[in-house]
Amino acid sequence: MEWTGLFFYLVSILIAGGIYALLCLALNIQWGMGGLFNAGIAGFFAIGAYTSAILTTGESSKHLGGFGLPVFAGLLGAALLAGLMGWAVAKICVRLKSDYLAMASIGIAEILRLVIVNESWVTNGSLGLAGIPRPFGEYLAGRSADLVFLAYVWTIVLIVYFVAMRLYDSPWGRSLRAIRDNEASAAAAGKNIEKFRVQTFVIGCAVMGVAGGLSAHYFRFLSPSATDPLLVTFLVWVMLMAGGSGNNRGAIVGALGIWSLWSMTEIFTNRLPLEWITRSSYIRMLLVGLLLQVVLQKFRSGVLPEKSPPLRFRK
Amino acid sequence: MIRLEGIRVDFGGLRAIDHASFNVDAGSVTGLIGPNGAGKTTAFNVIAGAIRPNAGRVLFDGEDITGLKPYQRAQRGLARTFQIPHEFSHLTVLENLMAAASAPEGENVFNVIFRRGRFGAEERAIYDHARETIRFLELDHVLDEKAGNLSGGQKKLVELGRALMRNPKIILLDEIGAGINRTLLSKLADKIKLLNQEHGLTFCLIEHDLDYVSKLCDHVLVMAQGKLLTEGTVDEVRSDERVIEAYFGGGKYEAHA
Repeated sequence: MEWTGLFFYLVSILIAGGIYALLCLALNIQWGMGGLFNAGIAGFFAIGAYTSAILTTGESSKHLGGFGLPVFAGLLGAALLAGLMGWAVAKICVRLKSDYLAMASIGIAEILRLVIVNESWVTNGSLGLAGIPRPFGEYLAGRSADLVFLAYVWTIVLIVYFVAMRLYDSPWGRSLRAIRDNEASAAAAGKNIEKFRVQTFVIGCAVMGVAGGLSAHYFRFLSPSATDPLLVTFLVWVMLMAGGSGNNRGAIVGALGIWSLWSMTEIFTNRLPLEWITRSSYIRMLLVGLLLQVVLQKFRSGVLPEKSPPLRFRK
Repeated sequence: MIRLEGIRVDFGGLRAIDHASFNVDAGSVTGLIGPNGAGKTTAFNVIAGAIRPNAGRVLFDGEDITGLKPYQRAQRGLARTFQIPHEFSHLTVLENLMAAASAPEGENVFNVIFRRGRFGAEERAIYDHARETIRFLELDHVLDEKAGNLSGGQKKLVELGRALMRNPKIILLDEIGAGINRTLLSKLADKIKLLNQEHGLTFCLIEHDLDYVSKLCDHVLVMAQGKLLTEGTVDEVRSDERVIEAYFGGGKYEAHA
């Protein structure tokens, strides 16, 4: 019994870790390659989560819905709507320099979260959406469903990784990294900076939307607390910094590593004396902050630093 | 090739360029000289589009480009280097040069994800061009080095290399010589002459070393206090009293604190 328990604990870590890997890959496209400081990951994650949830749930008097579409269509809708929102935000904000973009995006994400809490005819407010299906949910039940969902999540991670590698290993990616390193000389080399940035932002946001959708299907229930910026935005930033900004493999390694550590600190904080347990979430934050410090001191550019892609035809 | 008409640039209360008009002729190597604060780099920024003038027009091959953004001017064949090196620091020297090339197929994000065959030939040609340029600039030994790790002089060469990768009609060189050792500098002068004579490339360069300017330039523009003071051959402007005054002070062109 111990072993099966441990096995499914591992499965749950890998499912959440896979969703974080998607967020981290998306942030790596935006920040690692494009230098776009998106501090509003939670907002695009939330759009994706609610879109996919609303598209796939059955009829309810409490919120918009009744479309009952398959999960895959829900995720596609999540990508489209989050990408569209990313496009709108990028059109307004992408000309801002990195720190101002961070402020703007964090503000927009909070506005989105407030809309979600208050527009209860769409989202059922803080009561949340229930009965969100899982992929192939009608054929499966119990723990085997978790295994299938694990495979589903990691298939999507692999597809996104494949796309991210294509973006990175291309003239498009090279020009994007050039724009990140120096805007003025990229413009002097004829690069339409705004176009590159809008494309980058939209692609990243669409992937964030898919990650949000997957998390809604995983938990089968969605409320505004699931899009907490601490767990979504800031933890993803820690993951990318630790794994290696500018490196897609680093993004996945960072997501899995930090998420495992984050989950294991739970074991540690559960053993704390009673009067400390109420503070456990703050202790976990402190531990993760310390970890980030160690990583940044020891490995400046993360565990797997950025590397230039090889040229295939070069001898 | 380049024509400035009545350009005025104000930075707050400071008039950096004061109704200056001049030409850079096609096929020439034109020097832009003058004391510090004369407005030379500002003039370059106006030509390249990094600064929009408060008044006046910029013409490029007869076309009014005053309203165009820097990248649009670059796409029309105007290349520049920066006074302080602006390298792509996390990219290798090879990538720095390749990134500067225009790659319409390879920079199409749809092609990159779904139709990678589309840009193979284009990329190959960019690579060959970059290797050739790197050989020309004698940077082969640092080909795979990250540009951020290079010396100041090497970064200047990378700047020039990137400008050459654009296949431009004109290159604006902002103090390309500063920080480069003498041997390399005279080699560079030979290269500029070669590019000018054999490929018909027009250069406009800002330089403080007048000997260097006299070696390279057939025509010199002298700026002081935001105005065009005079122009002519190096020997002509050298003997011009106003130029001497502007450089060594003592007259009405001396900056007052």
